[in-house]
Amino acid sequence: MSSQTHNAGHYYVPNPVAYPVILSSGLLALASGFIFNINNFPAGKWMMIVGALVILGMVFKWMGTVIAECQNGLYTKWEDKSFRVGMIVFICSEVAFFAAFFGALFFMRVISIPELASFDPHFTMYKDFTSAWPSAGPGGVVLGKEYVVGHLNPMEAWGLPAINTLILLTSGATVTWAHWGLMKNNRKQLVIGLFLTVALGISFLACQAVEYHHAYTEMGLTLGSGAYGASFFMLTGFHGFHVMLGTLMLIVILIRSMKGHFDADHHFGFEGVAWYWHFVDVVWLGLFVFVYWL
Amino acid sequence: MSSTTAAHHDEHHDHPTGIMRWLTTTNHKDIGTLYLTFSLIMFLVGGAMILAVRAELFQPGLQLMKPEFYNQLIGVHALVMIFAALMPAATGFANWMLPLQIGAPDMALPRLNNWGFWLLPPAAILLTLPFTLALFGIGDGAIATGWTFYTPLSIQGGIGVDFAIFSVHLLGISSVLGSINVIVTILNMRAPGMTLMKMPMFAWGWLVTAFLLIATIPVLAGAVTMLLTDRHFGTHFFDAAGGGDPILFQHLFWFFGHPEVYIVLLPVWGFMPQILQTFSRKPMYGYKAQVVSLWAIGALALVVWAHHFFTVGMPVPALLYFMYSTMAISLPLAVLFFCWIATIWKGSLSFETPMLFATGWIVLFGIGGLTGLVLADVAADAQYHHSYFVVAHFHYTLFAGGMMGVMSGVYYWLPKMTGHMFSERLGKLHFWLTAISFNLTFIPQFFLGLAGMPRRIPDYALQFTEFNMISTVAAFVLGFSQLIFVYNIVSCVRGGKKATDRVWEGAEGLEWTLPSPPPYHSFTEQPIVK
Repeated sequence: MSSQTHNAGHYYVPNPVAYPVILSSGLLALASGFIFNINNFPAGKWMMIVGALVILGMVFKWMGTVIAECQNGLYTKWEDKSFRVGMIVFICSEVAFFAAFFGALFFMRVISIPELASFDPHFTMYKDFTSAWPSAGPGGVVLGKEYVVGHLNPMEAWGLPAINTLILLTSGATVTWAHWGLMKNNRKQLVIGLFLTVALGISFLACQAVEYHHAYTEMGLTLGSGAYGASFFMLTGFHGFHVMLGTLMLIVILIRSMKGHFDADHHFGFEGVAWYWHFVDVVWLGLFVFVYWL
Repeated sequence: MSSTTAAHHDEHHDHPTGIMRWLTTTNHKDIGTLYLTFSLIMFLVGGAMILAVRAELFQPGLQLMKPEFYNQLIGVHALVMIFAALMPAATGFANWMLPLQIGAPDMALPRLNNWGFWLLPPAAILLTLPFTLALFGIGDGAIATGWTFYTPLSIQGGIGVDFAIFSVHLLGISSVLGSINVIVTILNMRAPGMTLMKMPMFAWGWLVTAFLLIATIPVLAGAVTMLLTDRHFGTHFFDAAGGGDPILFQHLFWFFGHPEVYIVLLPVWGFMPQILQTFSRKPMYGYKAQVVSLWAIGALALVVWAHHFFTVGMPVPALLYFMYSTMAISLPLAVLFFCWIATIWKGSLSFETPMLFATGWIVLFGIGGLTGLVLADVAADAQYHHSYFVVAHFHYTLFAGGMMGVMSGVYYWLPKMTGHMFSERLGKLHFWLTAISFNLTFIPQFFLGLAGMPRRIPDYALQFTEFNMISTVAAFVLGFSQLIFVYNIVSCVRGGKKATDRVWEGAEGLEWTLPSPPPYHSFTEQPIVK
C-alpha cells in the first residue's frame, strides 16, 4: 500500500475497496425490485428489501472506514480541501435537482394553467375552468374521486408551515452555535448545540407528518390533486427526505462529537453536514414563499 | 512548459490481481481503462442495434421487425451511444490523462471514482434487461419512445420506460460523481506552479463539461422522477387534465438535453487542440481565446434549449429569443474553429493516424455545426424538424464531432497507455474506411430529410428507396470497419513496437515526461511546473 508512506507531501490514495461495487449491486437490486413492484410483480418487494439492506450496510461500512481513516490522521489539509470542494459541488447539484421541481411549479402556475383557462369555449372541453392558484387543473376527477373545480383549499401558510420555518431557522442558528463551541474547544457547547439541532430537525419532520396527515384525511389534498397536489407533495416531500438525511447525518456527527472527534482546525465532517443543513434550510425558505405563501 | 519529473519507484504492485483488481481498484489508470473498455463494448452494442435498424430501412415496407421493436432499437441505440459510449469515453480519458497532465498523484476522490464507474454496468443492465424479459413474456420490451422520453407517449409506455428511468438515475449519479471528482482534481491537485491558465486545454474542456453536468443532470433526474410519479403515483405534471403540460417535459428534458451535446463534445474540444498542436509541431494558437470560448459555449448551452422543439407551439418572442441565442453559440464556436485551423496553419504537418482523425474531424464536425445553424432558424426548422435532415445533422456532430474525436484521442494516447505502438497501416485504413463510409451513410440522409422523409418510422415512401439503400450499405461498411479499430487496440495492448516516452515527435505536456506505460502510481511526488 503506497499510501502508508504517507507524509506531508503525499496525497492519501486509499486501498482498493469492494464497497462501491457492492453498493452498486444493491442499487441495481433496489431499482429493479421497485420497478417489478410497481408493475405488479410482487416478488420485487424482496429484491427491494435485499437491495436496501445491502445499500445501508455498505454506506455504514464506507462511512465507518472514512471516519477511521480520519481518526488515524491520514487526512491532511490537502485531502481536507478536496472534501470541501467536493461537498460544495455536490450541494450545487442538489440545488439543480430542486430547481427542476421549482421550474415545474412556475411553469404550471405561469404558463400551463392560465393557458388552459384561456381557450375559446367552443374549442375546449374545459369550459368552466378559470385560472387560479391553487388549482387542481381542469380535469375534474382526481384518482377516481370527484372534486369541485376551483374549491381546492391551499395549505395555510401561517399555521404549521410558519412554525416549521421558525424551527428550521432556529436549527440553523443552533448548528452555528455548536460550530462556535467547536472553534473555542468548548465540547459541551458543541454537543448541546448539535443535540438541539437534531431535536429541531426531528420536530420539523413530525410537524411535516402532521401536515401530510391533515392534507390527506381532512383537506382531500393528495398527490393526485392536479398541479397543486403534485408540486406541493413532490417539493415538500423531497425536501422532507433531505431533512431526514440531514438529521441522520447530524446524529452521526453528534455521536462523533460525544466520542471526542473533531477539533478546532480539523472538522470537515462537521462542516460538511452543517453546510448541507443550511442548504436544506434555504430550500425550505423557497418552499415557504412559493409553495405555501404566494 | 518545462517540468522536473519526480522519481517513481513504486514498481511493486501492491493491489489485488485478476478480477478483484478491476472490481476494487482506486487507481485512476485502472478506472480509466475500465471506462474506456466499457465505452468500446457499448459502442459495438449500440452500433449492432442501429445496423439492424438500417437493415430494416434497406427497402420500403416491413421486412425484419415489428414497428414496436424498431422503436425500441432506435431509442436504446441513442441512450447507449450517448450515455454508455460517448460519455464514459470522455470520463475514461479524464481518469487516465488528467492526473498525468496536471501532475497529480491520482484523482482527488479515488473511492468515489471507483463507484462512478461501477454504477455504469448496472445502468446498462437496467436499460437492456427489458429486451430479455420480453423473451420470457414479462413486459413488452425496452423503452420505445426514442431517447427523449417524450410525454404522453412515455406515460403510456410499458415496463421498459420504468427500467430506462432508473437506468438514467444510475447514469446520472455516475455523471455527478465523475464531475465532482474532475472539478476537485483540477482545482486541488495541480502540480505546484501550474496556474489555471497554464493548464492543458483538456482540463479546461473537462472543467466546463463538469460544470454543465452538475447544472443539468439533476434536472434530468427530476424530470424522469416526475415522469415516474405521473406513470405510477397519480401526479399530473405532464397531464393537461390536472393543470400540467406535456410540453413541460420537453422543456425539462432539453434543459438537460441541449447542454448534453456540449457535455459530449467539450472534452473532445479540449484534447483535439493538443493533438493538432503535436502534429503541427508549433504551439497551440489562441489559448486564452479558446478558454474564454469554452466557457462562453458552456454558459450559452444552458439558455437555448427550446430550439429542439420550435414547432411545438411557443409565443413568437420565445421563438425569436431561442433562435438568436442558439445562433449566438456559433460565435464562440467559430472562434474555436479558427483557433484549430490557425494551430495547424503553416505548421510542419505529418499525418499519423491521430492527426488524420483530427483533421477529418475539423471538416466533418464543421459540417455538423453549419447544418445546426440551418436548424436553428425557426422558419427553416418548420420544414426540417423531425426529418432525416436532423438525423444526419446530429450524427455529424455526435459521430464525427464526438466519436471520431474520441478515436483520435485513443490513437493519440494508446501508445502512452499500453507502451506499444499500434499498427499505423491498420489505423490509416480504419480512418479512411470510417470517414468515407460515414459520409456515404449520412450525406444521403441530408437529402432524404430535405425531400421530406420523417425520422423514427420503419417504413417510407418509394421515392426514398435509392438513398436509403446507399445509406444502409455504407452504414454496414462503417459498422464493420470499427472491427479494425477493435483489432488494432487489442493487438496494441498485447504487444508491438515499444513506444518511447514522448511517443510523438511534437508532443508537449507532463504526460509525455513519464515512461510509456506510466508506472502504476505516477507523480507520488508532484513535479514543479515553471
